[in-house]
Amino acid sequence: MLGLFRKARQPTLVFDFPGGVHPPEHKDRSNGTPIQPGPLPAQLVLPLNMHLGAPAKPCVGAGDRVLKGEKIAEPVGAVSAALHAPTSGTVVAIGPRPIQHPSGLDALCIVIEPDGEERWVERRPVADPAALGPDGLVALLRDAGVAGLGGAGFPTAVKVTLGDHQRVAQLIINAVECEPYITADDRLMRERADEIVAGIRLLQYLLNPQDTLIGIEDNKPEAIAAIRSACAGSDIQVRVVPTKYPSGGEKQLIQLLTGKEVPSGAIPAQCGVVCQNVGTAWAIKRAVHDGEPLIRRVTTVTGDAVARPGNYETLLGTPVRDLLRHAGVDGERLGRLVMGGPMMGFTLHDPAVPVVKTSNCLIAATAEELPEPPPEQACIRCGACAESCPASLLPQQLYWYAKSDDFERAQRHDLMDCIECGACAYVCPSHIPLVQYYRYAKGEIRHQAAEQLKADRARERFEARQARLEKEREEKEARRRARLEANRQKQAAAQAPAGDDNRLADLKKAVGKASSTYKAAVKAAKTAEAQEADNAAELRARADQLKAEADRLKAELRDAKAGAPAAAPTADPLADLKKAVTEASSAYKAAVRDAKAAEAEEAGDAAERRAEADRLKAEADRLKAELREAKANAPAAGAPAAAPTDQLADLKKAVGEASSAYKVAVKAAKAAEAEGTDNAHELRAKADTLKAEADRLKAELRDAKAANPGAAVKPAPAPAGKTPDGTPAATPATEEASPTPPTADPEAAAKRQKRLKALKTAYNMAHKQYKEAHAALERAERDAGDDDQERLDALAAKVDKLKAKANHCRDALNALVEEAKADIRAHTGKNLKTLKLEAARAESALRQKADELARLRDTADADTLETLDAEVRALDEEAQVARRALKQAVEEQGLVEDDQ
Amino acid sequence: MSLINAPSPHTRERTDTGAVMRRVILATLPGLAVLVWQFGAGVLFNVLWAAAVALACEALFLRARGKPVGFYLRDGSALVTAVLLGLALPPTAPWWLPLIGVAFAIVVAKQLYGGLGMNPFNPAMVGYVLLLISFPVAMTQWIAPGQAPAPADSLALFLGQTPADAFSGATPLDTFRTWAGDAGALAEHGILQGVLAGRGWQWVNLAFLVGGLYLLARRVIGWHIPVAFLAGLGVPALIAHQIDAARFAGPLFHLFSGGAMLGAFFIATDPVSAATSRLGRFIQALLIGVLIWVIRTFGGYPDAVAFAVLLLNLAAPFIDYYTRPRAYGHKGARS
Ligand code: SF4
Ligand code: SF4
Repeated sequence: MLGLFRKARQPTLVFDFPGGVHPPEHKDRSNGTPIQPGPLPAQLVLPLNMHLGAPAKPCVGAGDRVLKGEKIAEPVGAVSAALHAPTSGTVVAIGPRPIQHPSGLDALCIVIEPDGEERWVERRPVADPAALGPDGLVALLRDAGVAGLGGAGFPTAVKVTLGDHQRVAQLIINAVECEPYITADDRLMRERADEIVAGIRLLQYLLNPQDTLIGIEDNKPEAIAAIRSACAGSDIQVRVVPTKYPSGGEKQLIQLLTGKEVPSGAIPAQCGVVCQNVGTAWAIKRAVHDGEPLIRRVTTVTGDAVARPGNYETLLGTPVRDLLRHAGVDGERLGRLVMGGPMMGFTLHDPAVPVVKTSNCLIAATAEELPEPPPEQACIRCGACAESCPASLLPQQLYWYAKSDDFERAQRHDLMDCIECGACAYVCPSHIPLVQYYRYAKGEIRHQAAEQLKADRARERFEARQARLEKEREEKEARRRARLEANRQKQAAAQAPAGDDNRLADLKKAVGKASSTYKAAVKAAKTAEAQEADNAAELRARADQLKAEADRLKAELRDAKAGAPAAAPTADPLADLKKAVTEASSAYKAAVRDAKAAEAEEAGDAAERRAEADRLKAEADRLKAELREAKANAPAAGAPAAAPTDQLADLKKAVGEASSAYKVAVKAAKAAEAEGTDNAHELRAKADTLKAEADRLKAELRDAKAANPGAAVKPAPAPAGKTPDGTPAATPATEEASPTPPTADPEAAAKRQKRLKALKTAYNMAHKQYKEAHAALERAERDAGDDDQERLDALAAKVDKLKAKANHCRDALNALVEEAKADIRAHTGKNLKTLKLEAARAESALRQKADELARLRDTADADTLETLDAEVRALDEEAQVARRALKQAVEEQGLVEDDQ
Repeated sequence: MSLINAPSPHTRERTDTGAVMRRVILATLPGLAVLVWQFGAGVLFNVLWAAAVALACEALFLRARGKPVGFYLRDGSALVTAVLLGLALPPTAPWWLPLIGVAFAIVVAKQLYGGLGMNPFNPAMVGYVLLLISFPVAMTQWIAPGQAPAPADSLALFLGQTPADAFSGATPLDTFRTWAGDAGALAEHGILQGVLAGRGWQWVNLAFLVGGLYLLARRVIGWHIPVAFLAGLGVPALIAHQIDAARFAGPLFHLFSGGAMLGAFFIATDPVSAATSRLGRFIQALLIGVLIWVIRTFGGYPDAVAFAVLLLNLAAPFIDYYTRPRAYGHKGARS
C-alpha cells in the first residue's frame, strides 16, 4: 500500500525491496561544510592491494624520487589497477605495513615521504575521449588506477569492459549512500555535480546503455537538486529512492531501480546492469579529462570524538592517524574507530593504517556513541531479523546452522546470498552478532570448497605426473634401444671397416627393419585406438618414436650413400676419419646416455658404464684431433681458415649459452627472491658465478676474434711441408719432428680446455637448474592451492625451457669433446681407443710374459730364461711407450681426466 | 588508546530480549486486572506464585547447567511463561496446581530442551495441558463471572481449603456446549447474554485485546499471528453460525470467550515455538484458530487454545519447510 502510494507520488518509477532498517542517520554532522583539503602527512603508505584483484607490482624502488601522479606500481593481470604517487617526494621503503583489513595482517606497501613541493608529473588531459576509442579509454582507466570508490574497490577498467555479446540495459550510478554517518558522496554531488555528469557521460560512451539511472536517497535534497540541474536536458534519469538501509547495496539498488533481481551467483552485468559509484564517475572524469590518476578521494571524518567533522579530500595513503589529527580528534574520548559506515565498516585496530581507494568514511566514535556490543543472549526466534533481511533470508535459521556447523543446511538456506549488510544483527534483540556467524560459516564453506577443488586438482596433477613419468620412461627406453641399435651397427661397421658396402647393407637392413617395426607399431596403435584401448596413446607415442628412429636411420643411410662413392674414388683419409669421428662420438654419446640412465636408475653398473663412456669419449676425441690435423694438413684450401672460424663459432655459441644460462639463473633467483624461497641467495650466487663465467667467455671470444685475422694467415705456410698422408707419427717422439702442429696444438688445446670447462659449467648449471625446477614443479604440484594453476604452468614452462637449455649445452659440450678427441686422433694418428688398447695389450702381454718367466724360473734352462727375460723387458718397454703415448695424447688435447 | 574491536554492525537498535519480555508482561496487566475484578484475587495469587516458582526453577536449573544465573534470569522469559500460565489457571486453583504446572513448564518443557530458544513447545501450554489432563476437575472449576470471592476466600481456596461451593460456576463456553442446539435454553442463560459475548469473559478478552494491541503498537509482535489466529477462529464460526445459529455460536462469541485473545496475542505469538517466516506464522496461527473452533465445537473440551497451540507447535518445522521465503536472486529457481 505504502509502496503503491510512493510510486504514485514519485515522478519516476521506483520499486521496493523487502526488509531493511532505519538506523539513525547522523549525517548532519558532516554534511554541512564544504569539502576541505586533507593533511599532507609525513609519510604516505600505499598498499599495493588497494583494489580488488591482483596486487599491483611496484615499478619504483626505495630511494627513487617520484613526482605527483607518477606511476609507482603497475597493474598485474586482468583484474588489477595501477598505483600512483599522491604527491611528489621520495620512496623511502617498500615493505609490509599494517593496512585496513579485517584479518589485521600487514600488506606490502610503498611508502613515500612527501617533499611538500607537489610537483606534478606531466599530465595528459584527453580533450576528445572518442578519439581514443573504447579500448583506449579502458586502457587509460586501468593505467590511471581507477577502481570503485564505493564498495569493494573493483577495478573500473574491468567493469566497463564488456563481453562481445553483452548489452547494457541499465547503467546505474549509485549515489544512495545509505549507511549512516557517511556524507562523502553527498558533498561530492553538491559541489561537483558537473564533473560527475561528465564522468557518467564517459561511462555511457563506454557501455552504451539503454538507460542511465542515478539512484539517490531522499535524505539528500541538495545533492538531488544539484545533480538534477547538472543532468538537465540529458538522458540521465535521477531516481530518488526512499531512505532505507541497505538501499545502496548493489543488488538492492538494482531491485529498487529496475525491479530486476540479480540471479544468485551471477553478477549484475549478466542481467544487463552495470553499477558504478558516483565517486567513481568523478574519478573517471578526472582521469580522462584532466589526466589525473586516482590519487585522492573524499573521505568523511565524523564521530563524537572529532572536533571538526566534515569531508576531507584526502591523499591516498594518508595514515588514519594524520587524518584524524587534522580533523581534531580527541584521543581521550575516542572509543571506537570505524573505517566505512557503522553497518558494514571495519573497526581499526591500528590508527597507522592508510586511507585507501575504498575508504569513504572514518568514524571516530566515543565509547558511548558506538558502545561495546552487549553480551549475546539466546535467540528467541522473534523473527525480527527475518523481517529486516533485504535478501529475504531467514537469519535466525542461518545463525542456528552456522552455530552448529551445519554448513550444508546453511547453504541450502542460501547463506551465500547473504550480503552481510548487518540489518539482521542491527535489530536482533538478543544482540547476536549474526553477521559474524555468517562470515565464519561462509569462510568455512569456501574453505571446504577450496579443499575439495584442491583435492580434485591434486588428483588431476597426480595423474598428469604419472603420465609424464611414463612418457619419460618410454623415451628413455627408446633411447636405450636406439643406442643398442647404434652400437650394433657400429660393431658391424667395425667388423667391416674397409667395406662401406657392408655398412651400407647393414644400414639398409636396419632401415628396413626400423620402418617395418614402425609400421607394425602404427598398426597396433591404430587398432588400439579403434578399440579405444587404454594404452592407445602409449602405443601411438611408441610408434612416433619408432618413426623418428627410422627416419634417423634413413638419413644416416642417405649420408652413407652420399659419402661412400665420394670416399671410394679419392680414398680420402679425411672422409674415413670423419666417419670414424661421427661413429665414435655417437658411440660416446650413447654410452654417456646409457651411463646417465644407469645413474638415474641407480643401476649397479653405472660406474662401469660411465667409465666405458669416458673411454669412448677419449677415443672420439682422438679421432677428431686426427681429423683436424688431417684437415689442417690437407692441401685443400679453406680448411685452415675453417678451423679458427669453427672455433670462433663455438666460442660464440658458448658465450651465448653461458649468458642465457646466466639470464635464466637470474630469473630463477629473482623468482625465488620474490617468493621468499630460502634457496634464493643460493640461486643468486649461482647466477653470479654464471655471469662471471659468461664474462670470461666473452672476453675469450673477444680475444679470439682479435687473434683470428692472424690465425687465418698463420696456417697458410703450414700445409706447405705436408702431404695428405703426412700425418705425424703416432708416437709422441714425432712432436719435435713436426714443428707446426705442436705450436698450434698447445694453444688450441688450452683454449679448448677452457671452452670445455665453460661449457661443462654451463651444462652443469643448466642441468642443475632443470633438475631444481623439476623438483620445484613436483613440489608445487604436490602442495599447490587451487589458484596456483598459472604458477604451475609457468613452472612447467620453465622446466621445459631449462631442459632444452641443458640439452643444448650438452650437445655443444659433446661436440667440443668430439672435436678434442678428433684432434687427439689427428695428432697421434691413432684412435685413442687403439692407443688404450695397445697400452692394455702391451701391459697384459708384459704381465703374461712376466708370469711365464716367474713360473719357469726354477724349471727352465738358462737360455729360455734369458730369452724370456729379454722378451719381458721388450714388452715392458713397449707397454711403457704405449702408456706414454696414451697419456700424452690425452694431455695434449686438453681433455681432463674424467673426459677420457 | 584501547579501541573497541568488534565486528560489524557497530550500531544496534536499542532493544533487548529482556525489554521485549517486560513489555509482554506489561501488556498482560489489563487482562489480569479484569480477571481479578471478575473472579477475585485468586488469579493474582496464581500469577505471583507461579512467577516465584518459575524464577526459582529457572535459577536452579541454570545453576545446574552451569550458566550464569543472573544474566539468563534477566531475559524475563521464565517470568512470561509463569504469568501466562498463571493467567490461564482457574481462580480457584490450590497452590500446588501452579507449582506443578510451572515447574513442569520450566524444567521439562524448557530447560531440559536446552533453555530459551530451544524449546519446540510453548512451555506455558505444556504446563497447562499437563494439569488439564492430570487434574481435570480442579482445572475446570471456574467462578461465575462477577461473583468474585472476597480476598480471604480466594486465599483460602489458594491454600487448598474449600470454603464453599458457592463460588463455582460454569463458563460461557461450558454453558454453550451444554445447551448447543437448543435455542430456547441458550437464550435462558444470562451468562451468554453479554454485549459482545458471554458476560464477564467478554471483558477479560477485551482487556487482553487491548494489551495485545499495545504489543502490536510497540512492534513486540507482528500482526500476522493474532490476525490469522482470530480469522481462523472467527471465519468458521461466522460461516457455521450463518448455517445454524442455534447449534453454532457466532464469531464474536468465540473471539471474546475463553482464552481466545490471550491465545491470539500472548500465546500463539511466542516466537520460540512458532514457525519461522511471516507466511509460516500466518498459516500456523490460522490453523490454530481453526483447530480451536473445531475442538470447541465438536471436541470434548470446552476450550482448546492449549491443545491447538501445542499441536501446531508440532507442525512448525513442517510449515517452515514449505513456507521458506524465496531469497533474493532465486526467482523461479527453487524447486
Ligand atoms: S532477531 Fe535475533 S533473537 Fe530474533 S530471531 Fe533473529 S536471531 Fe533470533
Ligand atoms: S546480513 Fe545477511 S542475513 Fe542479515 S539481513 Fe543482511 S543479508 Fe540478511
